[in-house]
Amino acid sequence: MTSSDYLFKISDLEVSYGSIAAIKGISLEVKKGEIVTILGSNGAGKTTTMRTISQLLKAKQGSIIFKGHELTKLPAHKVVSLGISHSPEGRRVFNILTVEENLMLGAYTKSKVDLEILNWVYDLFPRLQERKAQLAGTLSGGEQQMLAIGRALMSKPELLLLDEPSLGIAPILVKAIFTQIRKIAETGVTVLLVEQNARAALKLANRGYVLEVGKIVHSGSSEELLSSKRIQEAYLGKQK
Amino acid sequence: MDIFLQQLVNGLTIGSMFALIALGYTMVYGVMKLINFAHGDLVAGSAFVGLFVFSELLGGQISFAVVLGVFALTIILISLLGFTVERLAYRPLRNAPRLSAVVSALGASMVIQNGIMLIWGPQMRIFPELIPTIIWDIGGVVVSLIQVLIMVLSMLLMVGLYFFVEKTKIGTAIRASAIDQDAARLMGINVNNIIVTIFIIGSSLGAVGGLFIGLYYRGITFNMGWQYGLYAFVAAIMGGIGNIPGAMLGGILLGLFNAFIAGYISSTWSDAFTFILLIVILIVRPTGILGERVAEKV
Repeated sequence: MTSSDYLFKISDLEVSYGSIAAIKGISLEVKKGEIVTILGSNGAGKTTTMRTISQLLKAKQGSIIFKGHELTKLPAHKVVSLGISHSPEGRRVFNILTVEENLMLGAYTKSKVDLEILNWVYDLFPRLQERKAQLAGTLSGGEQQMLAIGRALMSKPELLLLDEPSLGIAPILVKAIFTQIRKIAETGVTVLLVEQNARAALKLANRGYVLEVGKIVHSGSSEELLSSKRIQEAYLGKQK
Repeated sequence: MDIFLQQLVNGLTIGSMFALIALGYTMVYGVMKLINFAHGDLVAGSAFVGLFVFSELLGGQISFAVVLGVFALTIILISLLGFTVERLAYRPLRNAPRLSAVVSALGASMVIQNGIMLIWGPQMRIFPELIPTIIWDIGGVVVSLIQVLIMVLSMLLMVGLYFFVEKTKIGTAIRASAIDQDAARLMGINVNNIIVTIFIIGSSLGAVGGLFIGLYYRGITFNMGWQYGLYAFVAAIMGGIGNIPGAMLGGILLGLFNAFIAGYISSTWSDAFTFILLIVILIVRPTGILGERVAEKV
């Protein structure tokens, strides 16, 4: 594979918390325009991977390359201006700031807030526009997730990292949010999606990786993963 | 009634000073969850630096320009000191357990306090009379020019700070960093720079507070930072630590409370009542008057 084929590549990444290894040498790559998902159960290392990409955690070993830039040498606050935006696990919206202030912070690295993007975010999630003057902490879980994604879009990212957008959200809103994620991807934004909800994630994604206790044990196109016996048993439950 | 109005004026004056100093505690706590014990000593240092700037650097002759110069230079020197304390005492401990940083804060406090004593001696020094003693008698209530200046300037600084924090991009970044540092980093906010910013703002406000203490009380001692720092700390907790309008409100209320106790009961007892008030507030409203109470949806 030549360098022009992928937008983003992780090689032999190792991450530990103290003496406990959380990621034990994973490699993956994402091509421009793809939706790629990382599946895995609790504690598999999905969020750790995401936080290491954003440099909130530092890698012990390995490299993370985005458009020719080595991310592991950067402080966390420099990552977003390269074009990577991270909607973190648990949403992490700024609860005592207003919805609009949250969105403005998403564009913190820009000298001016791009109103076109703001309007696009409001188009994707009209609920946010209705509630823009409200404190983010007063939103429902689903609305907070919309806000977290919208906030991440405000920096006009090329690569969007989504960490468990379905976590703790009413099923009907999960569906709505996933539909909007597809719309976001259709505008050319590359998406790396971490999910426990494997079926929803695979329906959305082009390809997937399966993470188990810090190692990638499976990878392939979404169709392959959906039809694999092992994946069905471990992550999709019984087929109806 | 005369006592009431008189103590109202006195209380607003000392309350303004408490509020200015309390802001330094509350802003640092808001972002770092650390009680910066050195802040009170920075305030005391400011009075001594002001004395030094006036008599050694600016020639000791009072004029409007010299008074402005004393304020400007003292603010710059004290914010540099605050910046240095952050670099040396807190930044190396950024990822250490909370207790280590608290011990380091106490250490920084002692270093500054003893530094003041080594440079300027342990005896009380008299702060120069930079502002002429002009006193008005308004229907039995005595108001001095210094009191008016303290109240007006404090109010202007607090309104300015409020708008800076609420309305500007850096202000929003400060509030975001106070809520969630990791999420702030994901937005591209350099949290280290935010911390430096709040140390400089907090130290500058503390420096003004220290100069006001010098102007108002005149007698300054190397260890007075402990006392004023403690009052301001109580004010910050009363208002809701980490909450900027809360520190302003807490400072003013504490000043008024103190003045009324002194006026109606006895000034000897005002400290005791201050701490009784603190205990009552902590029992009734542990988060302080304006403490965060937004219900968190999970």
